[in-house]
Amino acid sequence: MSHQDQFRLKVGLAEMLKGGVIMDVMTADQARIAEEAGAAAVMALERIPARIRREGGVARMSDPRLIKEIEASVSIPVMAKCRIGHIAEAQILESLGVDFIDESEVLTPADTEHHIWKHDFKVPFVCGCRDLGEALRRIGEGAAMIRTKGEAGTGDVVEAVRHMRAVQKGIKKLASLREDELMAEAKALGAPFEVVKQVARTGKLPVPNFAAGGVATPADAALMVQLGAEAVFVGSGIFEVGLDQKPEDQRRDQLRTAQAVVKAVTHYDRPEILAEISEGLPRAMRGIATDAIPEEQQLAKRGW
Amino acid sequence: MSVRESAKPALAAPRVGVLALQGDFACHRASFAALGCDVGRVTLPADLEGLDALAMPGGESTTMLRLLVANRLYDPLAEFVRTKPVLATCAGVILLAREADLLPAPSFGVLDIGVDRNAYGRQIDSFHADLDAPVVGGTFHGVFIRAPRIRRVGAGVDIVARRTRTPADGAAAGEIVGVRAGRIVGLCFHPELTSDLRFHRWFLTEVAGLRLPAVESAVAVRRGAR
Repeated sequence: MSHQDQFRLKVGLAEMLKGGVIMDVMTADQARIAEEAGAAAVMALERIPARIRREGGVARMSDPRLIKEIEASVSIPVMAKCRIGHIAEAQILESLGVDFIDESEVLTPADTEHHIWKHDFKVPFVCGCRDLGEALRRIGEGAAMIRTKGEAGTGDVVEAVRHMRAVQKGIKKLASLREDELMAEAKALGAPFEVVKQVARTGKLPVPNFAAGGVATPADAALMVQLGAEAVFVGSGIFEVGLDQKPEDQRRDQLRTAQAVVKAVTHYDRPEILAEISEGLPRAMRGIATDAIPEEQQLAKRGW
Repeated sequence: MSVRESAKPALAAPRVGVLALQGDFACHRASFAALGCDVGRVTLPADLEGLDALAMPGGESTTMLRLLVANRLYDPLAEFVRTKPVLATCAGVILLAREADLLPAPSFGVLDIGVDRNAYGRQIDSFHADLDAPVVGGTFHGVFIRAPRIRRVGAGVDIVARRTRTPADGAAAGEIVGVRAGRIVGLCFHPELTSDLRFHRWFLTEVAGLRLPAVESAVAVRRGAR
């Protein structure tokens, strides 16, 4: 199969996830809650970002046993994260049959200079970005889906908004340029020229563009879709809910929150429905304002 | 994205809805819009009113079924698919099949077929295959993403697409991948992921009996993989 045909299959799965919510889960039971709530896919990981923040230490790929348990417990696609530049972790995840790999800044980077050459894999990759240049570099390396980095594990949507606006603004600018201005713009963006030309011609990214990093409420999810996200990742926003409660109450509150976020992505442009699903929801994760996080602890700064 | 987008052709454009709870609805929308249709998203019961035809996209069948129930669309849609033309791809086929495994709610059962979900495996087993599709004039490029497999076809169901019978197709040579029962069309592959509009055109004109307005050469509509 040619690279191009292979790439089309990868982007094809990303298309199938549009309009959906992809939820971080740490156990098979959480995966079932996510599926029951209407998640389009789950992201299997040992610690959701809010926990990684609290506990610190090096964050790595999850135990294959956990990934296999989650794969066995749901029929929706299962994603998993590898460290930036960690080719071996990516190979392991591919061999486990995960449906998408997130080369993620949420884990501790394995390489500060090189990201994975994703064209070499059969499994599709999603990568985070803060602006158009970063998105196009990852697409150049073979990413089949782009998401904003946001600031994971904070419950603060401000960085996801900043990144989504930056990407959209960059696309609009490219679409407005003359052909003889594209090379200079490619240089300024630090992005591959062929991909720059493609975006300038079509006025959109060649792969689906999702939101992630700090989405904690149905309204946050609706906001991201209105700003151009075609689907939404929710990391800590669901399974950080109700942590101070009894297990059965916790499960009920997490399910309700998850269902509400899913509905919000479907009805992102209908405020009266958003009002209805936001009413009387369990208290959202407490979160941490991004401004309060020292720069060296901001996950979005990882990767380039 | 507005709720309803119109290509504003001279003739009254067919009104086509695309079930947009989750999945590759944007691709179907682009395909129908390229053929001059007035295309709307369907996320609430009221969105079904006045439609000439409906597309049920690819995506996750369990997710869509749960969302149909959660959005009180299940019953109105069950009614719609019994009386109106429907083009279903991949997950959509599962929702219309008489028999499908492991679903959170009953499928609609208007297509007398049995399907196995994710029958070929996980995403790394997704594939391309050449298809034989006489209804659209011969060969067609099939894109299969975590696709279902049709294991049984009932009487009264026509076969509209099969895998070709070349050595490259191996044991799957001749496998049934597209069916039609009256106004209902079910395809296990994704014509909407390609720029080839023949299946969408055939569905509208031959299956739904709709007249397409004259639009600029649809072939000129290039939209890449999206």
